[in-house]
Amino acid sequence: MLLQIELNSLRETRAMEYVRRFAFGGAVTVLASLIAQKWGPVVGGMFLAFPGIFPPGLSLVESHKIEREKAEGKEGMQSARGEAAVEAAGASAGTLGLVAFAVVVWKGLPGHSLPVTLAEALGAWAVVSWCAWWVRERM
Amino acid sequence: MMDLLLRFVIGGAVVSAFAVLGDTVKPESLGGVFAAAPTVALATLVLTVRKDGAGYAAMEARSMVGGAVAFFAYACAVSFVLMRWRPKALATAGALLPVWFATAGAIWALWLRR
Repeated sequence: MLLQIELNSLRETRAMEYVRRFAFGGAVTVLASLIAQKWGPVVGGMFLAFPGIFPPGLSLVESHKIEREKAEGKEGMQSARGEAAVEAAGASAGTLGLVAFAVVVWKGLPGHSLPVTLAEALGAWAVVSWCAWWVRERM
Repeated sequence: MMDLLLRFVIGGAVVSAFAVLGDTVKPESLGGVFAAAPTVALATLVLTVRKDGAGYAAMEARSMVGGAVAFFAYACAVSFVLMRWRPKALATAGALLPVWFATAGAIWALWLRR
């Protein structure tokens, strides 16, 4: 299965949906910071991996698929929810990459510079996520 | 207040960037990987290291491991329920958020608080 980039899919997202994503992302980031301020880094750190923007993102996948199916004259509800399930399965592979990212930052930060640690952590996220996705696709 | 505003803007920008990447990458299941990108961590780590130091940020990252494991359990649950019964996506993902809280709480109790 080949990796493809489809820029056309960006046209499905309305301007308001981009604004909503930005607002959700900002709000979840502020929430995580406030929790860390109030209860300290041990509790606050867990919220760096809180799936706050996951539900609205999944809903967007579902609604875009319904619109595509409607444009083709189909009902599309069941297949749209199936596509949301596939998206969630992909996210579960991504969470293993998230674990790798966190481990690299945890072990790397005290002794290394932040830019180097972040670059290594992002690399670990990409490699582990892709490997987990690849294995999952073949199960 | 300025710090929070900065976090809001950076968080919104990073989340939007990864969401756009996820939208364009096909197949859909690979695009889903971007739904679990380390967006909040990327948005906050630089500011946290500047304000509280690398040791504090490393401690947050240790806890993030627990949060990410909880996210894994949550995403698996959402995928399973959607695949099996095909309910509405937003309602399912919202209703199953307690899976994240329960898993994260258990990890905190068994590992992180020690």
